Parts: sequence; C-alpha cells; structure tokens
Amino acid sequence: MTEGYKGIWVFVEQRKGKAAPISWELHGIGADLSKTLGVELCSVVIGDNVSHLCDESFSYGAVRTYLVDDQIFRDYRTEPYYRTICNLVNKYKPEILLFGSTGMGKDLSGAVAAELRTGITEGCTELSIGDNRRLLMTRPTYGGNIMATIITDKTMPQIASVRQRAVPMPEKDISHKGDVIKEAVAIREEEIGVKVLEVIDSSKETGGSIDITNAEIIIGGGRGVGVAETFQSLQELADELGGKVATSRAAVEDGLAPMNIWVGQSGITVRPKVYFACGISGAIQHLAGMRDSDVIIAINYDRQAPIFEVSTYGIEGDCTQVIPAMTAYIRELKAKKSA
Amino acid sequence: MLVIVCIKEVPDAAYINISPENGLLIRQGVPSNVNPFDVYALEEAIKLKEQHGFRVTTICMGPGSAENTLKKAIAMGVDEAALLSDPSFSGSDTMSTGVILSAAIRKLAEKEEVGLVICGKQTTDGATGLVGPGIATHLKYSQLTLVDQIVSVDPQEKKIKVRRTLDGYTEVIESRLPAVITVVPQINHPREPTVRMQMLAEKAQIPQWHNSDLNLPVENIGRQGSATRVQKIFSRAMPESEIIGDGISDPDGAARQLVDTLINNNILSI
Repeated sequence: MTEGYKGIWVFVEQRKGKAAPISWELHGIGADLSKTLGVELCSVVIGDNVSHLCDESFSYGAVRTYLVDDQIFRDYRTEPYYRTICNLVNKYKPEILLFGSTGMGKDLSGAVAAELRTGITEGCTELSIGDNRRLLMTRPTYGGNIMATIITDKTMPQIASVRQRAVPMPEKDISHKGDVIKEAVAIREEEIGVKVLEVIDSSKETGGSIDITNAEIIIGGGRGVGVAETFQSLQELADELGGKVATSRAAVEDGLAPMNIWVGQSGITVRPKVYFACGISGAIQHLAGMRDSDVIIAINYDRQAPIFEVSTYGIEGDCTQVIPAMTAYIRELKAKKSA
Repeated sequence: MLVIVCIKEVPDAAYINISPENGLLIRQGVPSNVNPFDVYALEEAIKLKEQHGFRVTTICMGPGSAENTLKKAIAMGVDEAALLSDPSFSGSDTMSTGVILSAAIRKLAEKEEVGLVICGKQTTDGATGLVGPGIATHLKYSQLTLVDQIVSVDPQEKKIKVRRTLDGYTEVIESRLPAVITVVPQINHPREPTVRMQMLAEKAQIPQWHNSDLNLPVENIGRQGSATRVQKIFSRAMPESEIIGDGISDPDGAARQLVDTLINNNILSI
C-alpha cells in the first residue's frame, strides 16, 4: 500500500486569495524534509482566483504547484476541497501531505485522511525523518504534559497537521521559480450539499468582539487579581499592546470575569505569542488551555505557584501593582517614541 | 428524525503523567468522566428534542466502565444509549474510531432515519478533533465543524442552518441533512441533571454492542486497523523561568525591567 508514493506536498490554506502564514511555515519544514528524503517539495493551491499564490509558493521553496482554480472554491466548504485533494493524491501519489493545524486545516485534513484511509497526526510541533523514510510526527498530548512521537506505518500518504508558529517562517526568494500544473475541477455545484450564506471577518470587527482564540497577546487574570474592578487594569495593558484579556476558571467562579473568556482544559484553548499570567496560580486545568503559548510570563506573589514552572519570565510580586506600572511605562515609551 | 450524539469517557488529562521508572503513562488513580466538550453536544441534542420532538440516542465506545458516562447522558435527558464495547475495538486511533462509530450509526439508521450526528469539538485527552470529520466522511454526511449556533433545523426540507467561526471568519452555513456537526462550548449552557433524572439513569439498562453486532472486519478496527502508531512518549521539557527584578519591594522597577527585557528580545514591540 506504500509503493510508488514520492514527494512532499503542502496544502496552501487561503481565504479570499490571501494565504495563511502557516502555509509558508509548512514550506520551510517541508523543504527540510524534502532534502533529507531527496525528493521534491510541491504545493497544492485550491481556490477562486488564486493563481498568484503559485509564485508565492515557489518563492518559499516549492518546485511545483498543483493548481485547481474555480469559483466553486470561492467559500471554504469541506466537500469540494477534500474531494479535490483526494483526487490529486490518488493521481500523483505524494508520500507526505502537510496541513496547518488551524480550524480549516483540521476540518479538511480529517476528511482527507478518512477518505484516503490513511493515518493522520494532528497538531504537530516537530517533524523529522526516521527509519525507513518514515515521517516522525511529534505532538503534545494529554493536556500538554506529555509529548508523543507518532508514525503512519502501513499506508500512504503520511498526513500531519502542524501548529502555527511551531516551525520557523522560511526566507522568501522571489527569484525562485517552479512549474504550475493546472488541474480541472472534478466536482459540480449540484453535488455539494452545503452553501455558505454569509461570511463575517470577525478579526476585523472592532469593539464588540471578544474572540480571544486568535489573539497574539493575551493578558490572563486569575483569582490573584482580587476584585472585578482590577480587571480594568488588565484591559488597559491589553489595549496598549493590542491584546485581549482572558481569565481562569477560579476567577469566573469568584465572579471576577465572564465565562466567555475562560481559558482552560474545558474552556478555550489559546496559543498566543505572549501570555501574561497575572495572579494565576497555574492549576493544571488552566495550563492545559494556555501552555502552548510561545512565551509565558508569570506575575504572582507566590514564588512556589506552579505557573512559574511553565513560564519563560516571571515577576514575584502583586500583579495589581506590577500591571499598572507596566502600562504606565509602555505609555511613557510610546510618548518618547512619537516625540 | 433521530439525533445521535457521540461521546467519550476520558481520563482527566491534566492528571496524566509518565512514570519516571518505566516511561509508561500512569493511569491508575486518574479519575474518568464524560469528555467535557461532549456535554455541550448532549445539551444541544436535548434542546432539539425539546423544540422539535426529535429522538436522541447517544453512543460511546469504551470499556464496560464507560457505562457510567452514558448514564450521565441519560440523566441529562437523552432517550437511548448504547455502549460499543469489544476487545477488538481497543487501541483504536482516530481512523478506526471513526470506522466503528460510523458502523454503529449505520446500524441505528436501519431502524430510524438519522438527521443529525453531534460531537464535541474534540476530546480533552487526544484532543485531535478528527473523529467528527472521520464519521462525516465515512457516512458521506455533510460536515460542519466548530458550530456555535444552530440557527434552524427543517426536518421536512431536510436542511439545517448553523453558524460557526473558522480562523476568525464567522460563517452562516446551510446544509442538507443528514449532517455531522461538532460543537464548541459557546453554543449553550449545559443543564445539571435533576435528582429524579439521576435516579432514573442509575437504574437504566445500557445495551452493549459488540463487534458481532457491527460485523466489522477485525483488520479494520482496534490496534490492527489503526493507521498510526505511537512510537515514543516522553515528558515535556520545561522552560527555565527567569525571575525579573524584585517585584515585592520594587514592583515599578520590576515592571520596567520586564518591559525592557521583552522589547530587547523581540517578544514585544511598542
């Protein structure tokens, strides 16, 4: 079942012709793997008016792009996308297929793997090549305490989805060119049972939006914040940094913060670039929701609190004093800069 | 119209650790419960039952002890439950789990038309979120993940309208039925079972379905049917925390030092 499969493919995730950064991050790790295996790095571009993404894909290292460009792909819908990818895989037989571990990437890769009856490892943070050219896929599991290295050993292709910002963004080289293979659409609109009636870009909404899932900077406030009013000081820091305020279950239970910003094992999972844990002791349930953040900063008066065990930087102190001091200093720096 | 909720019993993932002696997972003494994300799926199905009179069945694959998880679903208000339990199911990865759950749904569909399958967005142990898409693909049902609102269901026209947010884009989607939806916690506030319902659930007989009921080839299920293998598990490396300044006696100085450190290391830009 594994004969004749060769090469590495990256799915280029896009919305309205704009590629998600993870697509190019995948080109970086994909190029490394392709060198180890001595095979080509190719990409798959599917969408409506997306041919410009082929050149972008070449500039990030792909030597060939399979392009399926049609208005049927204007909105993201699972069925036309997964069927198209499966058709391409069955025709060209890549040995490795990489997706981003995003909402779209998970929705799509799960369907592709099930249809192709092959293995998939979701949310990888590391990929490498092991014995017999097998892809070693490493991911955090069980709430993030444990890492597992997983292989797909009997079937092809080996599918992995990779977390955003887990691997470095490669250098762009616009002189690097490749071949475009245009493929026809093999699915008709009447066959698709799903219609997208409306799309709202909620990341562009200002004011009312409290979706913290995609925030790059999060100020998390816990029980140590003390009173609901002090959450306002977290909000002020978040506003200065362009971030969002989140909370822990303990603070929700104390009535300090609303439930819709609760980060934790059975709340919201976040993975920002920076997570400030303010007055959060670091109960395991909370850690499960945020420990994959790139940088964690603990501000807590209890030096023994478990939050310090997962943080890169820490301040031993009262967050109700430290946070306003940070905000004031950042405003001072901004004023100096604009002067 | 039948609504099926797929649930799983999970160990409290946060308490799972690796034995320093033998490098294996320590499961002993770790409490198990219904996957927290599945409770929202159950609540949404019961709401549909109350609004439209649909029947709700819940299925769970697991060992005999997972019966307790199904009893919790009955206490919340589902009509029927079945435990999919067989030695040949154990060790299933997301693919063989999808194959087994799909077979159980097909079996239920022989007796009554299935309109909707509802799953939680992921489990708290494996946390892949791949089983819902797997079921949809195997059954050729429509697939709608990360739903935060069911806008409407029309069993006559066989249509459902939902809202979901995918990577910052909120979409209103219309789909034909049957469909598989996975739901996020924002969708509802799950009810607490009443004492009376808990007592009734305690007495409920939960039927067990074995592979003799599903007739799946053993090479497609369990460890044998899994496409992935765990090659190695290891504890996560912890970062060394760097303590900045003296936050107790000089919070202002520590705050300034932290901001400077973050800017100098390109973690923040002002």
